[in-house]
Amino acid sequence: MMETINIILEGLPTLLKGMGLTIEITVISLILAMFIGLILGVFSITKSKILRTISTAFVDIIRGTPLLVQILFIYFGLPSVMDINLTAFSAGVIAITVNAAAYLVEIFRAGINSIDKGQMEAGRTIGFSYGQTMRLIILPQAIRRMIPAFVNQFIVSIKDTSLLSAIGLAELTLSGQSIYAANFRAFEILFAVGVLYFIIIYSLSLFSRWLERRLDVA
Amino acid sequence: MKMIEVNNLKKSFGKLEVLKDINIDVNSQEVVCVIGPSGSGKSTLLRCMNLLEEPTGGDILIEGDNLTAPKTNINELRQRMGMVFQQFNLFPHMTVMENVTLGPKRLKGKSQSEAKELGTQLLDKVGLVDKADVYPDNLSGGQKQRVAMARALAMEPNIMLFDEPTSALDPEMVGEVLQVMKDLAEEGMTMTIVTHEMGFAKEVADRVIFMDEGFIVEQGTPDELFGNPQNERTQAFLSKVL
Repeated sequence: MMETINIILEGLPTLLKGMGLTIEITVISLILAMFIGLILGVFSITKSKILRTISTAFVDIIRGTPLLVQILFIYFGLPSVMDINLTAFSAGVIAITVNAAAYLVEIFRAGINSIDKGQMEAGRTIGFSYGQTMRLIILPQAIRRMIPAFVNQFIVSIKDTSLLSAIGLAELTLSGQSIYAANFRAFEILFAVGVLYFIIIYSLSLFSRWLERRLDVA
Repeated sequence: MKMIEVNNLKKSFGKLEVLKDINIDVNSQEVVCVIGPSGSGKSTLLRCMNLLEEPTGGDILIEGDNLTAPKTNINELRQRMGMVFQQFNLFPHMTVMENVTLGPKRLKGKSQSEAKELGTQLLDKVGLVDKADVYPDNLSGGQKQRVAMARALAMEPNIMLFDEPTSALDPEMVGEVLQVMKDLAEEGMTMTIVTHEMGFAKEVADRVIFMDEGFIVEQGTPDELFGNPQNERTQAFLSKVL
């Protein structure tokens, strides 16, 4: 028992560093993905056929291909034909961002569509523009309804970052792999890796429950 | 003075022609009630008047400004026209006061205190000052509709449009809503009202328009239209609803 704890404690600094990187990539990617998701989500409900097509094409392509393939494509595929040099970190952020955004587009679209169309009409008849009505009236209501779906996607994206180990990014999973590759204590180390992922995700779940309760009162 | 001028208005949804060559004027301070069977196009006509529905043909002038002209700023024009819906359409994430003051604050640049003063005044007018900090979910249908009227009036419009404002209400709440509308009419507001309340139309309207199958079949003072309808279809409709 003591030995197990010692092994984990020895590995912990490395694991925590990996956990920091996992959190950093997730946070940056999800912030970017929320912007892209919102913009393409609004595209998908406009009257403009071009904007709708852009949105649909993006969603279909990203959802229709595995994330691991996307990661490898961005990191190894693109530089082989284009004059770009991406670090593993940038490639990772791009892949997670693009992937999360595709799913968020659908969440935004469904959330906005779930608001009664009388709300848009009421806003417009007061004299607000489409954009103002969206910002002041539709989105504040829609986003409340979207929170559970957002959190779901955030959790999926946190776990997806483990795939970035495939391009040598020392996030939590690869940090674990590098430790047990040297000390051969896969059980202890992977158990610790699992616990750290759980801590990140469970904290997010608690936060979202608190947020939902708070918004429900308003 | 003509506040609303509708010329040769046509509106189709796909192949279905809902409005066929409508011509009406609404004069300043006039109260016009539009009646007719469901599917007659009366709501569509009202919704064309503030461009919630895009006309297929003809034109509509609001205080002389052509609604569908490319240079017309529709958002500015709508600020001069209040609209009250059958389903109230209050903003559920805002208190009653916030519902009423959103427009004045964001569109007319009123300060928080100016907007609140105006809001209090209007809520007093509709008898709901005590509900200022309540959310719409906690109001009855009649109260919601009165808030909706206060919200529309907060933009200080020259024209008010009502789309079946009492149709979604329990019978005991119809009176309180009609009373506010009556007060408004007495103050000289120009009003166009799509309604099924024949008693109200008789009492308050300056002119009643009967629509059927996308046409204006007959119009006149309440006495003329209810007392001595000329057209067969008007007679048939009135015999069913009166």
